[in-house]
Amino acid sequence: MAMRSIHVQTTINGQPAEFLCEPRQSLLEVLRDVLRLTGTKEGCNDGNCGACTVEMDGRIVPACLVLGAEAEGARILTVEGIAEGGALHPVQAAFLEGAALQCGVCTPGFIVAAKVLLDANPDPTESEIRLWLANNLCRCTGYDKIVRSVQAAAKIRQETAA
Amino acid sequence: MHWIDYLRPRTLDECLDAFAEHGEAARALAGGTDLLVQMREGRRSNAVVIDVKAVEECNQLSYDDSEGLTLGAAVPCYRIYGDEAVRRHYPGLIDSVSMIGGTQIQGRASVGGNLCNASPSADAVPALIALRATCLIASSEGWRNVPVEDFCTGPGQTVLRPSEVLLALLLPPPEPGSGACYLRFIPRNEMDIAVAGAGVSVRLSGGRFADARVALAAVAPTPLLVREAGEVLKGRPVDRNALGLAGEAARAAARPISDMRGTAEYRSNLCAVLTRRALETAVQRAGGDLG
Repeated sequence: MAMRSIHVQTTINGQPAEFLCEPRQSLLEVLRDVLRLTGTKEGCNDGNCGACTVEMDGRIVPACLVLGAEAEGARILTVEGIAEGGALHPVQAAFLEGAALQCGVCTPGFIVAAKVLLDANPDPTESEIRLWLANNLCRCTGYDKIVRSVQAAAKIRQETAA
Repeated sequence: MHWIDYLRPRTLDECLDAFAEHGEAARALAGGTDLLVQMREGRRSNAVVIDVKAVEECNQLSYDDSEGLTLGAAVPCYRIYGDEAVRRHYPGLIDSVSMIGGTQIQGRASVGGNLCNASPSADAVPALIALRATCLIASSEGWRNVPVEDFCTGPGQTVLRPSEVLLALLLPPPEPGSGACYLRFIPRNEMDIAVAGAGVSVRLSGGRFADARVALAAVAPTPLLVREAGEVLKGRPVDRNALGLAGEAARAAARPISDMRGTAEYRSNLCAVLTRRALETAVQRAGGDLG
């Protein structure tokens, strides 16, 4: 079998993007090693920790369990694409204000996951937030500050929209 | 991960040709949440990955009152629990697809993949068995239909022959007076593998069980249909005594092992409890009254 690379055309953070990847490379490897978008972090590399969470066609997915080749024709959003025009997204602002991070490795995954939650459900309950984020692990904060910051971000979004 | 070739057929014919050409070297890719992990760990060594997500037949999700549900093998969990018809007619299936992994995994993982992975603890499979789902299997040679309870042959092993692919699960329409439920036991709230699980369905008529099915997870080398538990319910009045008898039949049928998740004795006991409790919910969903 010929060892060939695959040419992939996709959209990343609103911009058309194309890359060459090996068929076995994950979207996570492509983002970090090919496209140098290192905001997305590698944690467990087997779908348990959520550190590599990206938005793909409106859903959050673990980038470690998506092949780069599967990004063909998809719309991908990484943590680098969350802020708009230099202004932090409400989730980012609330995480900073609420000290919802310590080492920061889990943070890009939490921010992308929380952003997509608030897109779908602008006023989630605490248990809805905890359930939505159950696939994101944080070994520093104990989660309470993260959950409170998502609640604060929901409030910011509602006030800005009002 | 070892080197692979990645194919993404756009039509069923292309897909079946690819499986025919690559035979045992090929493995279907749906959500990838088991396959990519296993390849990375060296537990599967297939040289060709055939992504079936662009094949329409693997992606359909349609309900019809006379035909029932056609659930494409690659349809991810979130589409299933987001579908109004499935929520209304198959709450027992919703139970299982809402507890597989977390939000990210549910954005990718499919019921067909859960079945083809053939883990004894697969959460979607007991619900499918209880609901009398069958597997629509295709190859370039033709089609066949296999009941879900006969699909898994051992841990990680199925009846799929090289060159065959699972296209869809077919679920008959729910009959009047029927209800179903899947319950599992895990030692935390979310994000864990079943220590044991029970998927059940019942059909009630005139205050009695007209029909019942009980299937268990994680207590045998494959998901287990417990015919004895269904038989013991048939014809009995709908009461807690009947549920207890079905629970004992489930306990007797379980053939669990002891491992890090629980001892064999504990798992057997869980089978009785989970079967009884899942039946309580199924009876309620069927409009029955346990008093």
